[in-house]
Amino acid sequence: MNREKTPPSEAETEHFVSQAPFDLQSIEQLSEDQEKLYLASQWTLMWWKFKRHRLAVVSGLFLIALYLSVLISEFLAPYNLHSRHVDHIYAPPQAIHLFHDGSFVGPFVYATNFKLDMTNLSRVYTENRTKIYPIRFLCRGDDYKLWGQFESNLHLFCPAEGSTLFLLGTDRLGRDVLSRIIYGARISLTISLLGVTVTFLLGITFGGIAGYYGGVVDLVIQRIIEVIQSLPTIPLWLVLAAIMPVTWSPLLVYFGITIILGLLDWTGLARAVRSKLLSLREEDYVLAAQLMGATPRRIIGRHLIPGFMSHLIASATISIPTMILGETALSFLKLGLRPPITSWGVLLVEAQNINVVVLYPWLMLPVVPVIMVIIAFSFLGDGLRDAADPYK
Amino acid sequence: MLHYIFKRILIMIPTLLLISMLVFLLIELPPGDYLESYIAELQMQGETVDPQHIEFLRKEYGLDKPVLERYVLWIYGMTHGDFGYSFEYQMPVSRVVGDRMFLTTLLSVSTIIFTWLVAFPIGIYSATHQYSWGDYGLTFIGLIGLATPNFLLALVLLYLANIWFGTSIGGIMDPEFLNQPMSWAKLKSILSHLWIPVIVIGTSGTAGMIRRLRANLLDELQKQYVITARAKGLHPFRSLMKYPLRMSLNFFIADIGNILPNIISGSVLVAIVLSLETTGPVLVAALQSQDMYLAGSFMMFLATLSVVGVLVSDIALAILDPRIRLQGGSTK
Repeated sequence: MNREKTPPSEAETEHFVSQAPFDLQSIEQLSEDQEKLYLASQWTLMWWKFKRHRLAVVSGLFLIALYLSVLISEFLAPYNLHSRHVDHIYAPPQAIHLFHDGSFVGPFVYATNFKLDMTNLSRVYTENRTKIYPIRFLCRGDDYKLWGQFESNLHLFCPAEGSTLFLLGTDRLGRDVLSRIIYGARISLTISLLGVTVTFLLGITFGGIAGYYGGVVDLVIQRIIEVIQSLPTIPLWLVLAAIMPVTWSPLLVYFGITIILGLLDWTGLARAVRSKLLSLREEDYVLAAQLMGATPRRIIGRHLIPGFMSHLIASATISIPTMILGETALSFLKLGLRPPITSWGVLLVEAQNINVVVLYPWLMLPVVPVIMVIIAFSFLGDGLRDAADPYK
Repeated sequence: MLHYIFKRILIMIPTLLLISMLVFLLIELPPGDYLESYIAELQMQGETVDPQHIEFLRKEYGLDKPVLERYVLWIYGMTHGDFGYSFEYQMPVSRVVGDRMFLTTLLSVSTIIFTWLVAFPIGIYSATHQYSWGDYGLTFIGLIGLATPNFLLALVLLYLANIWFGTSIGGIMDPEFLNQPMSWAKLKSILSHLWIPVIVIGTSGTAGMIRRLRANLLDELQKQYVITARAKGLHPFRSLMKYPLRMSLNFFIADIGNILPNIISGSVLVAIVLSLETTGPVLVAALQSQDMYLAGSFMMFLATLSVVGVLVSDIALAILDPRIRLQGGSTK
């Protein structure tokens, strides 16, 4: 033991008195950071909490980019949705190269040679390494009408004159799979949003009624929810989809499907609304508002709804993947959307049999955006759910 | 205990009744009936339709009666083992359904067992190794399983199974066993085909279960009794096995109620893609041809299967967890 390190004995210490004036509020004084935290609104707190979930932020940005791309699909896709290339049926994906013979050329594709193999009765495409076709950017290609209004033919990228650019191959009619995936996003992404809107309306209405009135009404609604939840969804979707008359136009079917998807999905949300309403009604701040003479309308609109809205948004986000998968499944069974409306599910109908898996595996590629969107929504939902309760 | 079970079964009756109403309403909703599409089909083939014959059929199947009467007849028949008559197959529904019912149940039960076997160890690992690479990796794989459409996974697995193991494509048994009585060889053939649909249907349920089990176990692990146990020097493994795991085991059984409807609905879709001899393909065909009694009975059967599954899980839970018995309510 070192003698120096022990505290000096009592006799050696002087009595210390601080000369600074005494500040009454010294304990309650907040540092700048603390002040910011205490003054922040609920939404700001949520935003801070959400930002900490990196994956959720990235997923959110990814999804925003995808939804924005839906607005300009025509511009992004190198070909039109229905343009056929009779000479390139079931063409495999073309690879993008940067270097030719060791020198840098920029992004280009090689020419493809086509041969019909008469013994196997299959089309054989080979790369012709002598001819190179550089990809053009911001170029003129297929004509289209943006938003049905503005005629244009400008594309983000297109093949060189006289060549082709099938980055993800072509289908049985020689249509470019990549372009079709870009166009399909339009339907697949919006159908889930519309479905969630239906879910929201139904869930808030029924959950609100059950939570507000309670008693017999609550009991009946709870029972109905239980019944719907115990039913297997896909068979029920099938039945509902079978109800839609065959004579309906594809657009009508599109709306029909959104309603079907929403019709079965509201139960979880209704339960959340009900339980939140019941528990929030007992909160002190509601009592305080009542004592101050706030009208029920103000209490519900100003205090209750903001209180559980964040939860609702989070749970709605989590239910979107089910909808996308549901639409895909219905279209796959040919009970859902029909051409000419093209969704990812409709594209996957092409991949319905084992031949495709063996011979033309690139027709299964529309599943990649499906998986990515679903995973992104799952992460986003996770982040939102954590952020929904910032006081935790 | 008996009192609880009795009460729980009683609750099931109005639920099933509501379901039957819903199902009947749904299969009644499409305009027209089977006979109309039957006539249209005959006319398309250029055959003449005898109106008297149609009238006879209509009477015979009770299609001329009002909706309510038909519903009561349908329900009454079902409680007596008469599920109606299938127009498409020209035989009683119970005979069409019979074998397929068995296979559907077999498929669902095997899928649940598969889900458990996979989800249980992974869930425990993820919870005890929170935020480790293993946790992240397994969560990610689970997510991909959740996100991949079942039917596509089924196709790819089918192809791989055919290449690697020479399993015949499609069907739940080798073709020569179809319509054969049950035998060891047939059972073996079924089992060798069963794993594909089981894995495909199981993946999405497994991912969900792993995540819920992980969250549940994590909550349990943060409780004070675990800290006390650790502070007193109990081995970490033992302090995990003894209490927290038992607590989340309860949840595990309660979760059957959550995943069973999913499994059953997944099995319908996968069965169509893999052309299994279960209920799925027949259900879709029946819906398309408006073979209403067949479709209705199938829906009823699938719904009953999941309702009974939830009942079983509730009862098992009540046996395991005394707190639920004391409350006396349903667990959901």
